[in-house]
Amino acid sequence: MAGLPSPNKPLWLLAELTYACPLQCPYCSNPLDFAQQKTELDTEAWLKVLREARALGATQLGFSGGEPTTRPDLEILIAEARKMGYYTNLITSGVGLKPERIAAFKAAGLDHIQVSFQASSAELNDYLAGTTAFEHKQAIAREVKKQGYPMVLCFVLHRQNTDNIAEILDLAENLGADYVELATTQYYGWALVNRDQLLPTREQLQRAEPIAHAYQEKLKGKMKIYYVVPDYYEGRPKACMNGWGNIFLTSAPDGTALPCHSARELPNLTFPNVQEHSLKWIWEESPAFQHFRGDEWMKEPCRTCPEKAKDFGGCRCQAYLLTGDATNADPVCSLSPHHETIVAAINQANPDLPSKALIFRNPKNSKQFSKI
Amino acid sequence: MIDINQKIAISPAYRFQWEEAQQCYVLLYPEGMIQLNFSAGEILKYCVIPEQSVATVLQSIQQAFPEIVDIRSDVFAFLEVAHKNGWITLTE
Repeated sequence: MAGLPSPNKPLWLLAELTYACPLQCPYCSNPLDFAQQKTELDTEAWLKVLREARALGATQLGFSGGEPTTRPDLEILIAEARKMGYYTNLITSGVGLKPERIAAFKAAGLDHIQVSFQASSAELNDYLAGTTAFEHKQAIAREVKKQGYPMVLCFVLHRQNTDNIAEILDLAENLGADYVELATTQYYGWALVNRDQLLPTREQLQRAEPIAHAYQEKLKGKMKIYYVVPDYYEGRPKACMNGWGNIFLTSAPDGTALPCHSARELPNLTFPNVQEHSLKWIWEESPAFQHFRGDEWMKEPCRTCPEKAKDFGGCRCQAYLLTGDATNADPVCSLSPHHETIVAAINQANPDLPSKALIFRNPKNSKQFSKI
Repeated sequence: MIDINQKIAISPAYRFQWEEAQQCYVLLYPEGMIQLNFSAGEILKYCVIPEQSVATVLQSIQQAFPEIVDIRSDVFAFLEVAHKNGWITLTE
């Protein structure tokens, strides 16, 4: 593919329409205290965000959540977004979706639907989702394909399903997926709480990686498979969000503008709200979006690292959550003075140790976290 | 090999459009974007017109850029790359 998009335009707008979701995935990227945050922007407020981001140069628009299809105005948002010239992506679990609504989205101009799966078997899928969903998801995936959308399936990988990578890819092929995203669990929020049960072992990855590559080769030209090794095992950090405030802008359900969906976890930063400020000001001038742009904020070893322009020092949220200081190097980097926290996490995530129960993402557990 | 009598179109897997903010043509696809340079954009612009043959596209471009000698071979080379990447479809 061609090189990186021009710098300093928010090419990607992620609209987290709601935190409402029928699923309870224990690696959810929503904040732990989502149950406390009930405010949702109304249709008009979202349309303002869409218009302003488009004017700034955004081309890709993701409707996400929570479960975005719980919003009854989704058809309106899709239709208006399409008119503005966005490429519109719906990121859904498929739960609660019906063929008629998929057709209504198509009529409104929706370009693409990404259906997420939890696993390749009904038993594990429904255990992780916290609800019976597997059969319905397959029916929805087939319907998406039938209605002529490009079909993207997303599987979030972790210790419980990494060994089933061949079955997962067989399922995707069987459903006629055009793209499969084998997303690696990112350990923030809910996933960090459950990290001991979710982090795959090195042995699992050593088995999974050649299988993923073999399928990539076998299905070349038919089904594109995205696979990355979890950053905990990589020795170098990921270029998180392609850099802070570089191409990605997300709005939380209440209109809080964020450079990534986890950024709210960072201390001492006040994120602006789209109802109080123009998106132009938020993107170009707000202190929060300026905060980690460029490399002025970096400490050693990042500051003088020859790779700093490649990975931007990794993920600010991970640096904060694991070292207590968001300006530190992402500790997944083997050059980080805090890298031992990652080694300890890998050792701690040992399937031979007595296992704790997974904490599922639901309002009851969320309220417990809000009390802390 | 591309046959110049084949009909050419932008693949339904992509959307081709002008981006004002970036001042270039782009191809959009699920969660991604290819920014096209000037020549690629100018060539694909002609592929949007329905029911056009490769020969017609080559001719139109030569007419649009008469000062470039033998533009056809460059355009043809680009179309082969575009076809290999799945950006365009060719039908009999």
